[in-house]
Amino acid sequence: MNASAVAIRSGIYRGFAEIRHLLTSGPDLFNMVFFPTITLVVMFFLRDSTIPGTDISIGSAAMPGILGMQVAFTGFLGVAAELVVEREDGTLLRAKAVPNGMLGYLIGKIVNATINGVIAVLIVLIPGLFLFEGFSIDGVSAWLTLAWVLALGLIATIPIGAVLGSLSDNPRNLGLIMLPLMGLTAISGIFYPMTALADWLQFIGQCFPIYWLGLGMRSALLPDSAAAVEIDGSWRYAEMIGVLGIWAIIGLVLAPILLRRMARRESGSSMAARRDRAMQRVQ
Amino acid sequence: MTEANKGGTSVAVGRAATEDGVMAGPAGDTVLDVRDLRMTYGTNEVLKGVTFSAERGEVLALLGPNGAGKTTTIEILEGFRMRSGGAVSVLGTDPAHGNEAWRARLGVVLQSWRDHGKWRVRELLQHLGTFYAPYSSEKIRRPWNTDELIEAVGLADHADKRVMRLSGGQRRRLDVAIGIVGKPELLFLDEPTAGFDPHARREFHDLVHRLADEHTTVLLTTHDLDEAEKLADRILVLAGGRIIADGTADELARRVSIEAEVHWTVDGVRHVHSSADATTFVRKLFEQHGSAVQDLEVRRASLEDTYMKLVYGMESGLADGEDAARVLFGEDQRSAEEGIR
Repeated sequence: MNASAVAIRSGIYRGFAEIRHLLTSGPDLFNMVFFPTITLVVMFFLRDSTIPGTDISIGSAAMPGILGMQVAFTGFLGVAAELVVEREDGTLLRAKAVPNGMLGYLIGKIVNATINGVIAVLIVLIPGLFLFEGFSIDGVSAWLTLAWVLALGLIATIPIGAVLGSLSDNPRNLGLIMLPLMGLTAISGIFYPMTALADWLQFIGQCFPIYWLGLGMRSALLPDSAAAVEIDGSWRYAEMIGVLGIWAIIGLVLAPILLRRMARRESGSSMAARRDRAMQRVQ
Repeated sequence: MTEANKGGTSVAVGRAATEDGVMAGPAGDTVLDVRDLRMTYGTNEVLKGVTFSAERGEVLALLGPNGAGKTTTIEILEGFRMRSGGAVSVLGTDPAHGNEAWRARLGVVLQSWRDHGKWRVRELLQHLGTFYAPYSSEKIRRPWNTDELIEAVGLADHADKRVMRLSGGQRRRLDVAIGIVGKPELLFLDEPTAGFDPHARREFHDLVHRLADEHTTVLLTTHDLDEAEKLADRILVLAGGRIIADGTADELARRVSIEAEVHWTVDGVRHVHSSADATTFVRKLFEQHGSAVQDLEVRRASLEDTYMKLVYGMESGLADGEDAARVLFGEDQRSAEEGIR
């Protein structure tokens, strides 16, 4: 077996090992479960109010959107945060010191982020299926829709997450990513139909993947009649694939360039400089 | 004015940089060949022409004050940093164009890593080792067997611990283990024993000797001069952007600091005197005071004295040796002047 194939295999092992570490660490598990649990509880109490003009409960209608949001946050933030943190703690430099280590590292990150995305969806999906009426996966086609929306969503968000992570080497800046993401969520029709927003906000929301991920998940998990409250009264699959595809292409083009630049710049002294800066923050 | 003042000059000794056969080009056994290496950051010239080389199995200690460019030098050799000028050959390859097969023959231990905290010691070494397997050869089997490696660095009792649960010294030993997991032919160690207790330090020294016996070339930086003296076959002193000394600890001491310090007591009063010819001085001392001389001690300069003289001599300018000596030997000088008159 040649050296790159070995590194790819080691990278896959690495991705799974990181998932194992995540699932066996109390604080990490807590972080992973905390937000979805709160959301589920809130939605559960909203299950009896319905969206005006339909008999679909607000809770059920928001659940798929929350799945979409989970995918987007895991893809964007998960990868970005890990890149920033692992650059500071030396993981990346270690990868650089090992033959084909960067290849193994990135394969590991892709595997890790993908499984993380799937876990993030399942955490909300499985309890949701039991708790909410009208929120169900009916038949093979619904499963398939869920699968391709999830897959396309991960491809659209993970590379962008890598781009964001490689642009900043300061964990503090993660807040700068988090805030606009929250704002974007608010105008992406996750918790309430987007048609309630002003036109220009609708336009901005539709430029980003979060709205389309939410829409895709709703199309898989809600009855077809629910499409009536969407823009144009349809699931708009063509536009969905178009926008998510454009984001995927942007990410897949930019990520290798920026990751290579980041890796090239990595050295012991740049790491030491970051550590000194971190120490100053603490003091 | 005593002899002690005259020492503050810098000399390249031993297999010094610029002359002799080393220049013949990377022979079969030359692992490191650095010539006129230059590094400039903006207008700041950090390295102004660094030249040295290392043979297979040699242990080199790179000493120098903070900010002298030790880390920069090592990073250039590791291929982590592009140089501004000069010729560098590491294992026969220019590190600026080193491929992964070349990388597999290097080991790198940097300062203070705290990565992979959630991994367990054995799991991590096993995982990182797999990357080296394709580069195994008849002569050098890669990677190192995980359990043997854990044993060799003294982490057998902690093999199943998570890395973040290791103490500072244990963590450092893991860093060293990761550095050598691929059985490197050339190992870079940046302050390897910072945070070690004396026992761990001794074990680490044994490990380095063992690696050198197996023909691993080692380039280490340290601030512990005692360690440099114990470990290194050859010592390089980097100051002012150049290698200002290159030789064994003995060679350095002999060339730089020719005076020995003579300590003695007469009538309960302690005296110190620095002399280039300690034997003659002591003979005269006995002629003068006879059996009144007690607690006689003749001290050759330690590596620390040599180093201080070299570096301070360098920093305060070659012409300014007197000042350097005053900074260094201020007290000694006074007591020396109170010595025999």
